[in-house]
Amino acid sequence: MAALKVGSVTSAVQSLWLIPVLPLLAAGLLAFAKQRHRVFAGTLAIVALVASFIVACGAFAATLGAHGERAVFNFTWLQFGETPLRLGWVLDPLTAVMVVMVTLVGTLIFIFSVGYMAEDENFTRFFCFLSLFAAAMLGLVIANNLLLLFVCWELVGLASYLLIGFWYHKPSAAAAAKKAFIVTRIGDIGFFIGILWLYAETGTLLLYDNGNGCLEGSALAQLVARTTIGGMVVSTAIALLIFCGAMGKSGQVPLHVWLPDAMEGPTPVSALIHAATMVAAGVFLVARVYPLMDADPANVAGHSPALCVVTWIGAITAIFAALIAVAQNDIKRILAYSTVSQLGYMMLGLGTGGVAVGIFHLITHAFFKALLFLGAGSVIHGCHHEQDIRRMGGLRRFMPLTFATYAVGMMALAGFPLFFSGFWSKDEILHSAFAWAPSRWPFYLGAAGAVLTTFYMTRQMFYVFFGHNRADEPAGHVHVHESPAIMVVPLVILAAGAVLLSIVGTPAWPWFHAYLTGHAAAVQPVAVDVILIMLLSTALVALGLGLGWWLYGRRRIERADSPDPLEALQADTFTVLRQKFWIDEAYDKTVVRLNRALCRAADWLDVFVWGGLVALVSYLAVGIAWVNRLIDEYVVNLGFDKGCGSVRWTARLLSLWQNGQVQRYLRALGVALAIFVLIFIWGCRG
Amino acid sequence: MNDFPEITVMTLLPVLGAIFIAGIDDERSPWPRRIGLGFSVLALLMAVCIWVRFDPANPELQFVEDHEWIPSMGVKYFVGIDGLGLLMAGLTALVIPFALLTTGRDVERPRAFYSLMLLLQAGLFGAFTALNFVHWFVFWELSLVPAYFLIKLWGGPNRTAAATQFFLYTLVGSVTMLLGFMAIFLSTGSFDFIALAEKARGVRDGLGAYFEVKLGWYELSSRSLAMLIFLGVFLGFAVKVPLFPFHTWLPSAYAEAPSSVTMVLTGVMSKMGVYGLLRILMPLFPEQMRWGLDLLLWLAVATIVFSAFAAFSQNDLKRVMAYSSINHLGYCLLGIFAAVKWTQNEPGWVSEKAAALNGVLLQMFNHGITAAALFCFIAFIERRAGRRGLEDFGGLRKVAPVFCGLMGISMFASLGLPGLNGFVGEFLIFKGAFALASWAAALSTVGLLVTAIFLLTVMQRVFHGPLNANWGGFADLTLRERSVAAPAILLMFVIGIYPQWLLDIANPAVMQLIAHLAN
Repeated sequence: MAALKVGSVTSAVQSLWLIPVLPLLAAGLLAFAKQRHRVFAGTLAIVALVASFIVACGAFAATLGAHGERAVFNFTWLQFGETPLRLGWVLDPLTAVMVVMVTLVGTLIFIFSVGYMAEDENFTRFFCFLSLFAAAMLGLVIANNLLLLFVCWELVGLASYLLIGFWYHKPSAAAAAKKAFIVTRIGDIGFFIGILWLYAETGTLLLYDNGNGCLEGSALAQLVARTTIGGMVVSTAIALLIFCGAMGKSGQVPLHVWLPDAMEGPTPVSALIHAATMVAAGVFLVARVYPLMDADPANVAGHSPALCVVTWIGAITAIFAALIAVAQNDIKRILAYSTVSQLGYMMLGLGTGGVAVGIFHLITHAFFKALLFLGAGSVIHGCHHEQDIRRMGGLRRFMPLTFATYAVGMMALAGFPLFFSGFWSKDEILHSAFAWAPSRWPFYLGAAGAVLTTFYMTRQMFYVFFGHNRADEPAGHVHVHESPAIMVVPLVILAAGAVLLSIVGTPAWPWFHAYLTGHAAAVQPVAVDVILIMLLSTALVALGLGLGWWLYGRRRIERADSPDPLEALQADTFTVLRQKFWIDEAYDKTVVRLNRALCRAADWLDVFVWGGLVALVSYLAVGIAWVNRLIDEYVVNLGFDKGCGSVRWTARLLSLWQNGQVQRYLRALGVALAIFVLIFIWGCRG
Repeated sequence: MNDFPEITVMTLLPVLGAIFIAGIDDERSPWPRRIGLGFSVLALLMAVCIWVRFDPANPELQFVEDHEWIPSMGVKYFVGIDGLGLLMAGLTALVIPFALLTTGRDVERPRAFYSLMLLLQAGLFGAFTALNFVHWFVFWELSLVPAYFLIKLWGGPNRTAAATQFFLYTLVGSVTMLLGFMAIFLSTGSFDFIALAEKARGVRDGLGAYFEVKLGWYELSSRSLAMLIFLGVFLGFAVKVPLFPFHTWLPSAYAEAPSSVTMVLTGVMSKMGVYGLLRILMPLFPEQMRWGLDLLLWLAVATIVFSAFAAFSQNDLKRVMAYSSINHLGYCLLGIFAAVKWTQNEPGWVSEKAAALNGVLLQMFNHGITAAALFCFIAFIERRAGRRGLEDFGGLRKVAPVFCGLMGISMFASLGLPGLNGFVGEFLIFKGAFALASWAAALSTVGLLVTAIFLLTVMQRVFHGPLNANWGGFADLTLRERSVAAPAILLMFVIGIYPQWLLDIANPAVMQLIAHLAN
């Protein structure tokens, strides 16, 4: 029986490659499509993703009865020396839920985009990039090799870059795209070093390879046994480096700065990439390498140093981003900070409660946050590209369906009790944070974040949907309209998902937990502390809702430029939050400036020091040549000339004796004869 | 020994073309371009022929031609090709037609231009296939002469200074190398790379033992003498690669040369230095390299990091890409120096060295393709706009989407995006280097980050943002230009996705090198 079930996983893994390849083919074809092939582009992208969804469902079905069995398919990509570098993909419950979620949410967002982007002139290009993204994201979740995962990781980064900068003519979009790529790449450098180190230590990057993979027993034992700088265990060091990548991608503090700026992209992009899937890739990565994260010589499950770091970073991010979200006015930026905060919760869940806790929140969040973003997109579409919540208001009357689905999303995000999936997934995180032995503080931070979450969502709801419309239009001429069916239907489906997902994750029947960990799901008696935490989180939600209503719902917000009620109450705090703790400015003053200084220094070094040295050598050569010339001209030449001159003078003198004039010879002979005669006479005299 | 002298034919084809072009009377005739292209394509076909008939399973030299030249001095006409030579000859054969196609039809003095380009190609073929020092050195210098004239006669405003610096700087390196080889010949009696490598093989300090004869320098120990000779030869290659801080000739030479010449300079000539390190220095002086290994690794890291930072502060697109080129060759240096490190002969270490050196070979080939493509696009920009400042443009994607897309692909290949060619080589280099010299590899990753920063900044300044009003009429790539760039773009994808066909060729050569390194 078991063998049969396992067999079905092993056969399903064979066709797993189809899931990313189908959208990739669509992207490849669309790269050559012309601008006017709109229908073709939309249809092809959606059909490819739906086909992927069907394959994904097949894979999911295969894992259902397999009790967490894992099947891999590995192949040799390249070979250096005698060593093959093998890539592969893996099918386990984690892969299965991720592919189903990504393809399902992706399909809905693709459909929504057909309506949202209908007027854009680069419609075909948009679907090309979206398909590329889907392919890379699906490749990322099925990868059984950290290198393949990294490849897809960078490709989702590329797709994110292309899509944030989709409206490249806006300088802010172009800058945001660059910022997103670079900030995530800072984390990726850590990830890359982690991969190299892991490869060097274990000799393989396959995650699972029948006992020889780097996440399996023998490799982990080897990593745990060795220590590195500062007495840190190698596995911890590698885990932390890999976590750097996760921090960048999932917008964890202090690398969160790119995510809010990424809202410059079209809204479906924000929903797909910067809410539901890509930003959750960091969380997925931690879950994927959980055995490595969890490895610890002390061998206490869930308390390894790496997981402690994950927990703390997650808790701090959760509260930090929630605080900033309170004071933002752009509907998408509020949701962006909310996403950062929720990603913090997922990390917190992974750190304290393990894979199932974090991933359950990832899945529920994907649904309700995609819902909220698409809802925001519908609002923006309906308000003619207005994004400032102060200029909205009263939309409940004009956009009833959007309002209803948005309300569902808001309840789910806020964790409204019992009927909404967000309640159960967040409750589970709070519960495991509560039970976390090393410290109670992450729990307190998480609980405070829960209040803030409800508060900022309530604020947003009141600003956007209640009261009266504050757009700059003459009264009675509100042009707001409900969005077309192609945009609303995905909202309804996502809303249904946001509610229905609660069924699989209640403490009474924790099916999701059992499925991911490979145990049989069973109805369990509910412990007292679970009930207590549920009551507490209900109270937190009530508190947040109450505060939000007291500030924003009690009195009507009259005008778009009237000060925020919270600002009236606490001006200084509000400014700090509005300015996002000046983190961007701080980075500008430090990191960016340092980079500029280094660039200038490198250039200066080249021009003046090395260039100067070369110039010096050449001047030296020229100088030597000059001295040489002086010596030549004034010492050698001059001496030579003088010598020549005297020789010439002598010669000229001598030449007088033989100039061929006979009369001169005769004269000389005569004179000589006379002299001789005189001498002889003089001599003979005596 | 084989019947048909493929390599000689491949080397002489461009020379023949150059002679034909020189025989044309009419300065305005279209024939110099046609003949130039024709002969470079013939050489390409010859290279393809060699490539196809090359047996990757055989690690020995193939297509060997070995003839006596000046027997009394050990000078021979000795050519042959192994994986390393084949990759480089293949790259030369690809880049030269690519550069000739990029050259505008309005180039001045076409006869001289095309014949010099063909002579340059012949010089490069010779340098990558010759295996006897004297024979090789002739080609090494021969390639320098056409390059000098191409910069000097067709270059930008500061061409004279740039050409002179390029020529003299490289020549200084060549002279020290020549002196080094004279010393080697006097001690060993051989100019033959293969024979010398065999002599150095398995001896504790390589050729060091031969320097016991002292060559008249009695005050030096033979160890110091070996080091001195090594440094002489090394300088020649360090300037050519270039290794920090011997790189200052490069940015001005690349920037002042006409773009199609820069394509050859960066695409192929920059590989001569790395080739020399692999073919000559590594087998002959492994021990001497080990003595200064830490310093060499620091210099490689400095090459990578400083050039990346310096690239970011340039305002001229060609200078940006020139520094980027230094940066990419820095990774090759990192891989080579890491692979030289002394290790036990365990399979694990051999595998790391194999990774690093395979990465180096891939990186050389990949960089040749990518950098040539980038300079080709810069040539297209310059032809349209007459300028190439980073700040001169803006929003060009609006009017030239295909241009932006293809140049974008090349830039992402250059910054090492997985799925494109740059990544595979860099990954393998880092994989090997990290295991062998972790600190150097870790520091070098800064270069990866900064490369991304400056390349994306180029994208942002040139292509994104609102359209600069001056360039409303900026034409997108024509069909002809697209087809010129298409093979390079295609190769980027093919190598990025399936690099094994190159590794099949590189790997036996690499294993041969590692065997030479072993004690």
